[in-house]
Amino acid sequence: MSAANTITYREAMREAIREALRRDDRVFLMGEDVGAYGGCFAVSLGLLEEFGPERVRDTPLSEAAFVGAGIGAALGGMRPIVEIMTVNFSLLALDQILNNAATLLHMSGGQLNVPLVIRMTTGAGRQLAAQHSHSLEGWYAHIPGLRILAPATVEDARGMLWPALEDPDPVLIFEHGSLYGVSGQPGPGQVDITSAALRRSGKDVTLIAYGGTTGKALAAADVLSAEGTEADVVDLRVLRPLDDATIMESVGRTHRAVIVDEGWRSGGLSAEIGIRIAEQAFYQLDAPIQRVCTAEVPIPYARHLEEAALPQVPSIVAAAREAVAS
Amino acid sequence: MRRQDEAEDLVQLLTPEGERVVHPGYDLDLPKSQYRGLYRDMTLVRRLDREAFALQRLGELGMWIPCLGQEAAQIGSGRALEPDDHVFPSYREHGVAWCRGIPPLTLMGMLRGTTNGGWDPRHTGFHLYTIVLGVQTLHAVGYAMGMRRDGDSSAVVAYFGDGAASEGDVSEAFNFAAVYNAPVVFFCQNNQWAISQPVDRQSRAPIHHRARGYGFPGVRVDGNDVLACLAVTRAALEHARRGDGPFLIEAHTYRMGPHTTSDDPGRYRPAEEVEEWQRKDPIARMRAFLLREELADDAFFREVDEEGDRLALELREGVISMPDPPVDAMFDHVYTGRHTLLEEERAWYAAYLDRFEEPRA
Repeated sequence: MSAANTITYREAMREAIREALRRDDRVFLMGEDVGAYGGCFAVSLGLLEEFGPERVRDTPLSEAAFVGAGIGAALGGMRPIVEIMTVNFSLLALDQILNNAATLLHMSGGQLNVPLVIRMTTGAGRQLAAQHSHSLEGWYAHIPGLRILAPATVEDARGMLWPALEDPDPVLIFEHGSLYGVSGQPGPGQVDITSAALRRSGKDVTLIAYGGTTGKALAAADVLSAEGTEADVVDLRVLRPLDDATIMESVGRTHRAVIVDEGWRSGGLSAEIGIRIAEQAFYQLDAPIQRVCTAEVPIPYARHLEEAALPQVPSIVAAAREAVAS
Repeated sequence: MRRQDEAEDLVQLLTPEGERVVHPGYDLDLPKSQYRGLYRDMTLVRRLDREAFALQRLGELGMWIPCLGQEAAQIGSGRALEPDDHVFPSYREHGVAWCRGIPPLTLMGMLRGTTNGGWDPRHTGFHLYTIVLGVQTLHAVGYAMGMRRDGDSSAVVAYFGDGAASEGDVSEAFNFAAVYNAPVVFFCQNNQWAISQPVDRQSRAPIHHRARGYGFPGVRVDGNDVLACLAVTRAALEHARRGDGPFLIEAHTYRMGPHTTSDDPGRYRPAEEVEEWQRKDPIARMRAFLLREELADDAFFREVDEEGDRLALELREGVISMPDPPVDAMFDHVYTGRHTLLEEERAWYAAYLDRFEEPRA
C-alpha cells in the first residue's frame, strides 16, 4: 500500500461530505459543533469555511429539534446530513428517528419518503463513561424503515455516504470513535451499501465483526494464524438489512462461528446473527457458536475497567480457540 | 457579536472595579467576616480547580471539567442555601459542592474513576453530578414537588448551563414546575459557550426572559459578582419557600477555560473576548472591594493563598494515592442485589483471566 494514497478515516468521511456538498446543492450538514469547531471529532474541519454557514450549520443543543428539522427538510426535497455528536445523544431524538423518520413512508400510504442521512459516533474505549460510550446500533438495526451502516474501513468511510444520500429512505451511519485516526486507502469513492465483506480468508473459523470490532477481529486472526488457525473475518458493514448470504457462505466453509459485538450480549445484534446461523446453517456447524460482547454492565469510566469490559483481541482469540477446540 | 443586549437589566452590587453599587430590588448587608469568607471560598475553589486540571494533564485524572471564572456564580448561590435546601447540580459545580461540604478529593475520585459516587445527597443536600445535559432540571422539579407534599418548606436549586437550556427537558421542567408551583430555583450559569457554540446559537432572547412565558419570575444577575449572586439567590429561595413557585436566575458569567480538559477553546473563540472577561474576574473584583472597604489586609490574602497551597498539596497527594478498583468491580452496581446474569458474567470473567495465568505458571 502506497503511503501517499492513505488518508485517515476522519479525512475519508470529511472528503465524502465535501464531495456530497459539491455534487448536490440539496445536501447540507447540520449538528452540534460541526461548523466553527469542525465537529467534536474534527470530521467537518474546514467545511464551514469552504461551504458557508447555510450548508454547514451549527445548531443549538437540541437533538430532537435538529433531527426533526432534518426530517422536515428531507420531506421538502433537501438531502440533509444530520450529525448527532454521539449515539448516546441520539436517544433524545429517538421519537423523531423511530416514530417519524422510520414510519412516515408507511403512515403516509407511501406518499412521503424521508431521504435523510444521520451520522453519529458510537462505541467506547475513550474513557467517556457509561452515558457517552454506548453501542446502540444494534437497537437501530431492530427498526423497520431504516438502513443501518457501520463503516469499518477508510474505504467505507469514504464511499458509504453518497449511496446513503441517494437512498430514498432514512439511513443511519455509525462511526466508531476509535476509528477516526485509522489510516487506509480511500478507494475509488463509492461502495455498495447492501453487502457484508470478507476481510480475510481462512478455513478454520469465521470471525463476524463490524465497525470498531473489525480491526480487533483482524488482529485476532493474525494471532490465530501464528498458532496455525486460519480465520475468515466477515465485516458486516450493513447492520440492517443483514447480509445473511455472506455470513452463511463463510460459516458453510469453516463450520465454526465467533460473533464479535461491542453491544451487550442479551437481546443484542450478536443474538440476532447467532440465531440466523442456527436457522440457516445449523447442520454446517461443528461447534457451538461463540460470542464476544461487552460485559453486561454500564461502560466503566476507569481505563482499566473499561478495557476489561469491552471485546479485545485476547478475548476474541480465546473464543476462537474454544470454537476450534470443540 | 452577541445578539443579546448587554445593556439589559443586570443585577449588580459590585462593579468589576470592586465598587459597591446599589440595586433597588436586591440588597445585602453581611457581617465583615462573611465578605472575607466569600473571597476565601472563591480563591480556594479556583485553587482546587487548577490543581485538578494539572492532575488531569499529568494523567492522574481521566478528565476534569473546570469551573474557572464561574466562582462567584457558584459561591454566591451556594452560600445562599440553607442546610435543608437541596441542590441538583450539573457537572461543573465544584464551587457549590464546596459550599455543601463535599470534600474536593471526593469530586476528584469520581473523575479519576475510583468511584462513581462518593457522597450522600441526603446528608449533604447536594445531589450527585449529572452528566447528561439538562435532565437534572426535571429531577429537581419532582424532588421539589415531593418536598412540598411532605410539608417541607425548603427549596431546591437546579443548576444548568446556556447550552443545556436548548434541551427540551429544561423547557419541560420550567413548565412542569410552573403548573405545579414547585419550589425550584432554576439557576442557569450562562458562561457564554457550549463547547464551541456561543450563546447566540442557543438563544435569540436572553435566557431569563423565558420565565415570563411560563409564568414565573426570571432575573439576570452579574454572575461574576458574588454579592449579587448571593442576594438574588437568597431572594429566589425565599420566593420558593414562601410557596410562590419557581424562579429563574440567569447568571451572566464566562467559562475562562475549556469545556473540559478534552477541547481547546483557542480553536473556536477570540482571545480578545477572554481578555475582556479577564477584566471582570470575580475574585479580583472581590479583592478590590475588600481592600477598598478595608475589610481585609495583605496578611489575610496571604493566609488564604497559603491555605490554597496546602489544599492543593493535600489534593495532589490524595489523588495520587487513590487505589484503582479491582476489575470485577464493574459488575458491582448494575443491579441492587445479586443478579444471575451478572454472577454469570463475573464467573466467566474470572475464568477468562485464569486462562492467562496458565502459561505463566
